[in-house]
Order: sequence, then structure tokens, then C-alpha cells
Amino acid sequence: MTTTKPAVVIIGNGMVSYKFCEKLIAKTSNFEIIVFGEESRPAYDRVHLSEYFNGKSAEDLSMSPLTWYAENGIHLHLNDPVKEINREEKTVHTLKGINQHYDYLILATGSSAFVPDIPGIEKQGVFVYRTIEDLDLILAYAANAKEAAVIGGGLLGLEAAKALIDLGIKEPHVIEFAPRLMPRQIDQAGSKMLQMKLNELGLKIHLNKSTSRIGGEDKIDALHFADDTQIPVDMLIISAGIRPRDELAQLSGLKIGTRGGVVVNDYMQTSDESIFAIGECALHEGMIYGLVAPGYEMADVAVNTLCNSEKSFSGYDMSTKLKLIGIDVASFGDPFIAEPDCRSIVMDDSHKGVYKRINISNDGKHLLGGILVGDATSYNMLLQTVKNHIILPPNPEDLILGSRGESTNEGSGAMSLPDDALICSCESVSKGAILHAVKEDHITTLDGIKKCTKAGTCCGGCVPMVKDLIAGSLKESGIYVKNVICEHFNYSRQELLDVIKINNVKIYDEALDHFGKGDGCETCKPVVASILSSLWNDVIVKQGTTQDSNDRYLANIQKGGTYSVVPRIPGGEITPDKLIILGQIAKKYALYTKITGGQRIDMFGAHVNDLPDIWEELIDAGFESGHAYGKALRTVKSCVGSTWCRFGLHDSVSFAIEIEERYRGIRAPHKIKGGVSGCVRECAEAQSKDFGIIATEKGWNLYICGNGGSKPQHAQLLASDIDKETCIKYIDRFLMFYIKTADPLTRTATWLNKMEGGLPYLKNVILNDSIEICGQLESEMQGLVDSFHCEWKEVVNNPELRKRFVHFVNAPEKKDPTVEFDSFRTQIKAKDWL
Amino acid sequence: MINTDTELQAEASIQWILACKEEDVPENGGACINYKGEQIAIFNFTRRKEWYATQNLCPHKQQMALARGMIGSAGESCEPKVACPFHKKTFSLLSGECTSGEDYTIKTYPVKLSAGQVFIGIQ
Repeated sequence: MTTTKPAVVIIGNGMVSYKFCEKLIAKTSNFEIIVFGEESRPAYDRVHLSEYFNGKSAEDLSMSPLTWYAENGIHLHLNDPVKEINREEKTVHTLKGINQHYDYLILATGSSAFVPDIPGIEKQGVFVYRTIEDLDLILAYAANAKEAAVIGGGLLGLEAAKALIDLGIKEPHVIEFAPRLMPRQIDQAGSKMLQMKLNELGLKIHLNKSTSRIGGEDKIDALHFADDTQIPVDMLIISAGIRPRDELAQLSGLKIGTRGGVVVNDYMQTSDESIFAIGECALHEGMIYGLVAPGYEMADVAVNTLCNSEKSFSGYDMSTKLKLIGIDVASFGDPFIAEPDCRSIVMDDSHKGVYKRINISNDGKHLLGGILVGDATSYNMLLQTVKNHIILPPNPEDLILGSRGESTNEGSGAMSLPDDALICSCESVSKGAILHAVKEDHITTLDGIKKCTKAGTCCGGCVPMVKDLIAGSLKESGIYVKNVICEHFNYSRQELLDVIKINNVKIYDEALDHFGKGDGCETCKPVVASILSSLWNDVIVKQGTTQDSNDRYLANIQKGGTYSVVPRIPGGEITPDKLIILGQIAKKYALYTKITGGQRIDMFGAHVNDLPDIWEELIDAGFESGHAYGKALRTVKSCVGSTWCRFGLHDSVSFAIEIEERYRGIRAPHKIKGGVSGCVRECAEAQSKDFGIIATEKGWNLYICGNGGSKPQHAQLLASDIDKETCIKYIDRFLMFYIKTADPLTRTATWLNKMEGGLPYLKNVILNDSIEICGQLESEMQGLVDSFHCEWKEVVNNPELRKRFVHFVNAPEKKDPTVEFDSFRTQIKAKDWL
Repeated sequence: MINTDTELQAEASIQWILACKEEDVPENGGACINYKGEQIAIFNFTRRKEWYATQNLCPHKQQMALARGMIGSAGESCEPKVACPFHKKTFSLLSGECTSGEDYTIKTYPVKLSAGQVFIGIQ
């Protein structure tokens, strides 16, 4: 290789090495970059390593494919560890015999698992948890293991224990030497709460345990402890911490810390100024940083130093938030500072499994740090409050308990932070940088911000805050005063619905010509299509190409490009004969079957070409479309009710069927789900639905605006002890009001949350007709109910419409040859994304 | 339009294949054709009286789906685009470049109409 550019050689190809390359090429093309990695794969995401056991592939975890290195002129040597550094000649020598000159050398050798010196540690069945290769070994061995343990109750140890559960090990043991779990992040009480939650998940936690010996002949068969107890295990994972990989640095005479780590200055330079160390192998001010965010910061400092710009590393805040086996755990600022140096406010709720502690200064003005277990939603705000020395509100307990008054706590949102507040700590993006991108560069989408600033691209924890900042700064500059649909329609959904109705518009292009501009897009087309359906209830396939794929093909598109088929099973009631027919059809067309959360049967893997034939058979057997593909009523779930249940007060199934058949097929801003329970035991989970009905001694209670999904919310009581007819009347009004006024893709719960006046206002509209609209709402709903048609029946009986269900228009019989399935528990599953 | 020499040369190396009939592609939407194992998406942008063709494969998750996507336009210049039905990645129908902020590019093909038939230019 002949080049006049100075050579930067990087030893190691982990996440920090990758980030270094990314940052260097973003800044300059003045260096020749050569990377030597010991593993066979290019850098991958070690933070999310345990997802490898949940089916993520090595490729999914990869930071960038091999082609990325080539495209950016980076010479990457994999499988070739550097064996020697010759500082005098400025060369490195690799295992495979490459002699490479360097002008600057970057040590990004990372760390290895720290393996304590326990007798018997060499036995078969003992593993470390560090690389994809380690995981492969664990995967293979776990197949024959029954009892397993993890040594180490820190973050990685608990991840490893979770991995063992995923691999089918029942109740793995976790052995921790310290008196608490995650000793670097949380306190004793937090550990207790975490331990309680982990026990529920099946982990057996042993604290204060010192392992004295690993028993067994060649293979491990037991762990023996210093207190003379023992547990039988046939597999052990060691995750007792990390040890910096400093062997190479040591051999070449660089200064090493007494307990390991390559000593670096504030510019990441080692004792040899042309050699840098970054990431977990670097020892800065006596500190090894075992997290990725400070590693990225070090990479940035080293890049800046190479480019002669001034940037130094001055330690790193070790605040972390993580989701550990589905449990939020976070610590920020100084989590352990205690009285009398501060005052602590603690919330310890073992009923909900939430522990929160905040430490505030003795004068009550500043937040110093804290710990969150079980619920870390306020982490970002709390962290920013610490970092920016924001003056605390008069009732600082609100920070962890939430505001309990009516007033919204002004000034605590993301917009109140100072400009230099660090929003994305992984990529060091400040609030100012995000606001600049929105206001000066007019980037107004999350994707755009991610691309432009990189905020939110690593752990994703700051994404909600980034969204708030985009919305907040748009509002500030008055760009986006109302929630318009998209660039083509300068109307909110409610306004557009009104103008379409008043002007009797029947097709999308007409709406666009009169009230919009441009040629439309994937945002406004389905919105207008939904409005047209809600208003006129025409056959939706007739406007096929303004519909999203699901409504165009009347089926849900799935991974691989096949569709799923869901016939309606009102109230979840089905005869044995119909069940048999579903089975026969699924068998005939080789479909995967699964019972849905809404008490019906979903059949997956149908080729687009087969859809009309499948539906013809279903319709012949008395089924109809289930509208699972539409923003429409999905199901009305029911418990078995008084016809069988010894507790049932009324016939919940009959009521559910009646309601499901009443609202079937009606298009709305988002999907709608309902539920009817026959007594207060609430087996139909009606209070998690958009509308839920629960039998009482005197009649029915009607609840509205509940939601499952990512932000669960209980439905709220609208009316109690009402009869069936009143119940239906109220639901008519409620649904129609929602259909007419909600923003696109807004569920009823969010719609209510955003509604001015909230539930009291909505109650007033529906129960007291306060805006004199109920008569209209009822007649509009009746119009929709009366014009119901089964969309699939229309298609099956219409040869022209049927013709659209092909993959190749020039070879209508041919199915998509790229569709492939894997076999899976005696059924099929879609092939994984590539 | 007057063709320059280079355009004529480029034109000469294009082979026009018969893809389908005009009526096979729904108005303001797409359809897919199979040409020697290659899947090509054809878009009938009726609103603009324009036709486009691209690869059918969405490069994001390698899904054969673009023909089933919604078409539209972006920005003041009304750049024609298609959105993949899977994750709504959008691509310019002119340049093939991803317009939703990622570094993907899809192949585009010239389209000609003649007597109700649709022809696609293959290099």
C-alpha cells in the first residue's frame, strides 16, 4: 500500500472502534484507516447481545456490513489479531504476518470477561458471556443442561440469567458476592424491589454468596460456597465483571494502571503520544468505563485530537437507564449520596413493584441524583434536572409521584431545559443542536433528526424527548400551529371531514383538487379514504390505490409479503362445524393458524393470488370479513356470561354479538375494540377497550376510552346501571363523535387525553347533548349501520375486482416465487428479514 | 423532444420489452410484472398522466412489495414517489433514491406506451 496520507491503525473492531471510524471519516479524509479485528465478524452491538437468544441474527446485531468499510475506504482485517507493537519503527505485527506501519495507533481492544480464580473453573460446562462465539457455545451446551447458574448479579449477569430462561432452563440461579444486585447502580432497597420482580420471573437470587469451589469430575455438577452450602448445577456462566485488554500495551511498554487498563490523558493519549487508547481498555483518572456511551465520547475526543481540534475527556456521567428483562432500572447523578449530605425522598411501592429515590440538596433547591426501579419513565427529565442544575419546584416529591393537583406542572417539559442540556448521551447531542436542526434546517421528523444529528440512533432512550423537542420548537416558531394532515392538505382531519361532507366529495382526487395540492402521499391517501368510508360507506376496494396495502387487498400484509386472513367470529362464539371448516381451509391453503387476542382465528401465509378463493370458501360456509386489516371495529370480546357461568349476571355473549354486528365494517381514525363482561370479575377485560360494558345487578356500566397496547390506559366510567338500549345509544354517539373529531391514527384513549375539557366535557356531549349534536350523531351512525356490506363478498362475486388479486399482472397464475416459509412447531413461519 | 447524440446512443442500447396492457395497472397505483425472473413494479400515475417503473424489491427489508405501495409526490417540486407498504420507506420514482432519509437506491426503468400496451426499457 503506497500512500502519502498518514496511517491511522486501529487495533480492535468493537463498537467503540466502529464509532471511531465513523466519526473520523465524517470529519476528514486525510487519513488512511486500517483496522485489525480479532473476531471473525465486523463490529456488532454488544449492548443488545442477549437478543441473539431471542432470534436476532449476528447480522441484525452488526453495526455496519462489510461493504460499509469498503465503501469508506477503510481497510478491515478480520480474524487477525495484532500480536506486537514496535514503537520505535512505528509498526504493528499481526498473527497472519502483516507488518503495518502506523503514524497514529488507536488501541480499542476492549475488555474480556473477568474470570475469578475459583478452583474447578476449567471444568466443562463453565462459560463466559462476552462474544457471539461465547453465545454459540452456551446455546449448544444449554440444550442438554437442566440446572444452571450465573456468577455475578450485575447488569450482564442478569442478562445472562434471562438468556438461560430463554434457552429453556427453568429457574436459573444468580450468585452475587455483594449484599445486593447491580451494586454499582442501585441501593439496598432498590435491589430488594428488583429481586422481588426477578423472583416472579423465575430467577433464584443468592446474595452474599462466595463461591469456593466448582464440583464435578470433568464436567461441572455443583457449586460449593464458603458457607458450606452447595447447589447442583450442570452449567455455569461467569459474568463477574470485565478486565481491560491491556496485554499488548503492556508488552510494548506503555504505562498500565496497577489494576489494569492503559493509562490515558484527557486527549486519550497513552504514555506514547502517537498511541491512543479508547473504550474499555483505557484507564482515565483511575477509572475504567464499562459502558458504551463514554466509549463513544472517548472516540470523539481521539478523533478531535487527530484533527487538531480542541476537545478533552473530563470523566463521564455514569447515569444509566436500562430495561432489564422487561424491568426498568435507572440510576443518575449521585445515586448513593445519603443524609446528612442531602435529603432523600423515597417511594417504595411493593404493590406495584416500583421503587424510586431522589436525593436533593439540603437547601431543597437542586436534585443531586437518584434511583428508579420498576418505572423509569421520568428518567430523562430527572437526569436533565441534575445535569443542568435546574431549580426544583416547591414540591420536589412531584418529580417521582407525579403532580397530584389539577394544574399541569409548567416548566418541567423538555422545552424548559437549557440549550446545552445533553439529550442524547450516546451521541452527545444537545438540546440546542436538535432545536437548530428543527428551526434552521427545517427538519421536522424524527427520522430526519436521527439522520442529521444522530440523536436517538444508539439506545433510543431519548426518542420521546426528541419528539417533544421537535413538537415544542415547531410550536414556538409557529410553524405547526394545527395538526395538519400532511404537506398536501392544510387541514386537520376534523376540518377535512367537514369540508368533504359539506361539498359531497366522493373520491380522493376530487378532494385533492379542491382542498389540497400536489399529488398526495401515503399519509393523506389512507386518511381521506377512511373519511370517505366513514361518511359514505362505499365499497372500499373501489378506491383500491388510495388505500394502504391492507385495505387494498383486504388482508394484513405480513413479513415476506403474504397476507393473513381473519374472518369475523362475533363475540368469540363459534360452532364446532365452523371451527372444522376453518381447519379444513387452513390445511388446504397451508396456512399457519393462531388464536388472536380478540377471540378469533387468524390464518397466516396466504399468497395474494389465493385470497379470493380462500374467502369464497369462507363466505360459502357463512363467514364474513373480520376487518382485521382496517382502521375499523375489530372485535367485541366477551366472557361466557350468565348462560353458563355461575357468577354471570347477564348474557354478555349475546350483547357482544349484537354490538359487534352493529358496528362491524365502520371505518374510523384508528382501530376500535370493545368488550362485554357478564359480571364485575371482568373476564372480557372490557376496561382495556375503546368501549367496555360490564353487567351490574341493575343493568350495565359503560366505560370508554380504554387502551391496551404500548400505553395501557384504563377505560373510564361514562354511565352506570343503564339498560341495553341506552347503552347502544351512548356508544352510537360516542363512536360517531370520535370518528368525526379525532386526528388520524389516534385511538380513543389518546383522543380523550388531548380533548380540551377531558372526560367531563365528553360526558356532557354524550349524556346531556351539550352541543346539540346527539340527534345527528345517532342518525349518521344508523346510516353506517344500515349500509353495512361484507367487502369480501363484493370481491368474491365481482370478476373485475377478483382480477386485482394477483402478484404478476403478466402471469396471473404465478405466485411470488420469492415467498419462502420455514417450518416451525409443525406449522410454518415467515422467513426472517434478511 | 430532440434527442442529443448521447441520448440516442443510450436509447439504442435499450431493449423495449412488452410488460402488460395499460388496463392491467390500476389508476394511480402499481402492479408487478415478471420478466425473466426479474420482478418489476409499474406505476400508472393517472393523475399526472405519467408512467414509471422500478424494481419491485424494497431494499430496506428485501421485500417484493413496492408495486403494492401507495404513490404520491413530495415537496414543492412534486417529486413523484412510492411508499413501501411494509415500513413506509419512500423512493423517488425518477431517481430511485430513498426520500425518507436512508441510503437506499432502487433501480428505475423507462416506460413507453403504444396502442394500449406498456413497454419497459431494459438496458
